[in-house]
Amino acid sequence: MSIMEHNGGSVIAMAGKDCVAIASDLRLGAGAMTVAMNFEKIFPVSDRIYLGLTGLATDITTLRDRFRYLVNMFTIKESRTIEPSTFAHLVSSTLYSRRFGPYFTEPVIAGLERTPSGGLKPYIAGADLIGCLNFAEDFIVAGTASDKLFGVAEGLWEPNLGPEDLFETISQTLLNSVDRDAYSGWGAIVYVITPEKVITRTLKGRMD
Amino acid sequence: MSAFHSTKPGFDFSNANRNAFLEGKGVKMPKATSTGTTIVGCLFKDGIVLGADTRATAGEIVADKNCEKIHYISESIRCCGAGTAADTEFITALISSNIELHALSTGRKPRVVTAMTMLKQRLFQHQGHIGAALVLGGVDATGAHLFTVAPHGSTDKLPYVTMGSGSLAAMAVFESGWRPNLERAEALQLVVAAISAGIFNDLGSGSNVDACVITATETEMLRNYVMPNVRVEKERKYGFRRGTTAWTREKVRDLIVSEEIRPIAVIAGGEEMDTS
Amino acid sequence: MPDMSAIVNPQQRQFNPYAENGGTILAIAGADFTVIAGDTRQSEGYSIQTRYAPKVFRLTDRAVLAVNGFAADGNMFVKKVKQRLEWYRHAHAKDMPLRAIARLIQTMLYAQRFFPYYVYNILGGIEEDGTGAVYSFDPVGSYERETCRAAGAAQSLVQPFLDNQIYFKNQTAAQGSPHPAHLPLPDVLSIVIDSFTSATERHIEVGDGLEMYIVLARGRTLPDAVAGLRPQELPSAGGEKVFVLKRDLKKD
Repeated sequence: MSIMEHNGGSVIAMAGKDCVAIASDLRLGAGAMTVAMNFEKIFPVSDRIYLGLTGLATDITTLRDRFRYLVNMFTIKESRTIEPSTFAHLVSSTLYSRRFGPYFTEPVIAGLERTPSGGLKPYIAGADLIGCLNFAEDFIVAGTASDKLFGVAEGLWEPNLGPEDLFETISQTLLNSVDRDAYSGWGAIVYVITPEKVITRTLKGRMD
Repeated sequence: MSAFHSTKPGFDFSNANRNAFLEGKGVKMPKATSTGTTIVGCLFKDGIVLGADTRATAGEIVADKNCEKIHYISESIRCCGAGTAADTEFITALISSNIELHALSTGRKPRVVTAMTMLKQRLFQHQGHIGAALVLGGVDATGAHLFTVAPHGSTDKLPYVTMGSGSLAAMAVFESGWRPNLERAEALQLVVAAISAGIFNDLGSGSNVDACVITATETEMLRNYVMPNVRVEKERKYGFRRGTTAWTREKVRDLIVSEEIRPIAVIAGGEEMDTS
Repeated sequence: MPDMSAIVNPQQRQFNPYAENGGTILAIAGADFTVIAGDTRQSEGYSIQTRYAPKVFRLTDRAVLAVNGFAADGNMFVKKVKQRLEWYRHAHAKDMPLRAIARLIQTMLYAQRFFPYYVYNILGGIEEDGTGAVYSFDPVGSYERETCRAAGAAQSLVQPFLDNQIYFKNQTAAQGSPHPAHLPLPDVLSIVIDSFTSATERHIEVGDGLEMYIVLARGRTLPDAVAGLRPQELPSAGGEKVFVLKRDLKKD
């Protein structure tokens, strides 16, 4: 038994054209037993940044609170909102500070980054449990269905998808991946972040 | 800044007890991303050429197809990292930072041996638990230097070195092709051949060739110098018709703050404001 | 003084007769054809043993077998299946039907229940009624007829993609146009190729080459789009037709 599989759950983020999407399943388990079907793993960090956390549920909750505190302190001290890339490094160093007693969680970050010219560009990143960052231009996956997500996303993802097309692609990738994973599933939620709005949709999928 | 957020330097071990308890109960500890990796370095007439592949793996899955393994230490010192990805990332960042402070306080350009000593001392202190295998190279006031630093802190100083899971494949190329006083182009070509040997023959290495040429006058970082593994175009388009995915609930949060300006009605009998 | 502890203390030694040689196979059945494919890389640990080791074998004019797992067991198993099929031909003067081959494979695998062939088998071909069929097996002979199946190192990457693209799982059909039960051959081939290029991107043990066997039902010809790819036709008695299509995969 692996500690990363104890509670189960998966997260995926994808970059599109001037938008990003992040999605997760809703299962909370205790080994093979499903305990809850409404355990959200994606949290807003700022208007345009969302953080997904997979792994051990207690650490997901702890880190969610910890990052909220750290981001609030940043906002107060700096008198500005945090950028996705800055937040990614905050996540990375927080996890690495516990290099020899880690939190059992793999984070996924999705957001829109302010460019020097004032525009917004898609930003997605992931990290392992000790904070090794992974920047990707296409997609980031984490959790118990990560192998499946890698395979399906590699097949379905294409560049420059608009918000609505990105919603379809990320949703299909997630649903079909968690359906082949015993530790993920039981509902799913998708966030699509655009410069104008954030669309949140709860998906209809298999509940077994 | 209470127990919730420690300001003490160094690692935080507050989860270590819990995790040791879990491990004692037979729970398998998860593995961190490691860079399977081929990294190399070689000496040439005017300096050093460093090379690395760009694949990061988590078990047999490719976690990152194009990661950067040649890390910045100072303007003319760079360091390739193999092993536990987070360790190579953070130890090079830390030593880079300390080297900068050292340079500022001494008023001299940093030396490769200094970086090497800082790295090996820190790795030795941690008794191999920081899983970083490094190739350190650069040019300083005393000339061009090339080192390998192993996770336990032992070091080697050699004219050509390789590390990582692809080290044997790369070393085979160096052993047959390296000679003293190579020209810049020859050395670069040799490094590309060594990394390519790792990319194609070692499953832990893959994707692109990164290279870095360091001479007394300049440092050239050649990111994705060769890209021999670009994915071919897919046979089909996999876009979905809108409405393919069924959903039950939607919430839209508007990020645009919209204001509607409504002129206040003129008070009956009152004088109208002079806007002329 | 000899090391007494070696004599006093109990010693344990072990020989592991199995190895895992990577690679992935997959098969998809159409209405009147079947595609059976596999990559050609054979590896152990981080080393490539060979870039061309076929994992897909033609058994008869209408049956193709893909084997994946421990290569030595796989090769031996295919050899023994072929031998049993030849005996059948001598006894009955005809090729064994596909569903009979499937049952034969089950018996042969279960015969080794306590020292199994460490192999995942996928059998594809044409049934006696002319339909495309895929049978998938576990190492000890449990089997099932399906429309599509992936197995091997990248099974977890490929199977959910196939669920989505072949079975249209999680896709709501457009009003008035339900999902087809079987896809045409050109579509199936492109999904097979994309499955393997995707698996090659994300799995270190998949790559080098791709071999796709196409089995066509009696009286059917290749669609122009596939004929244009110039697949090699294997000699057959004239009923069902078997073609091989090869592609390069990335070698890193």
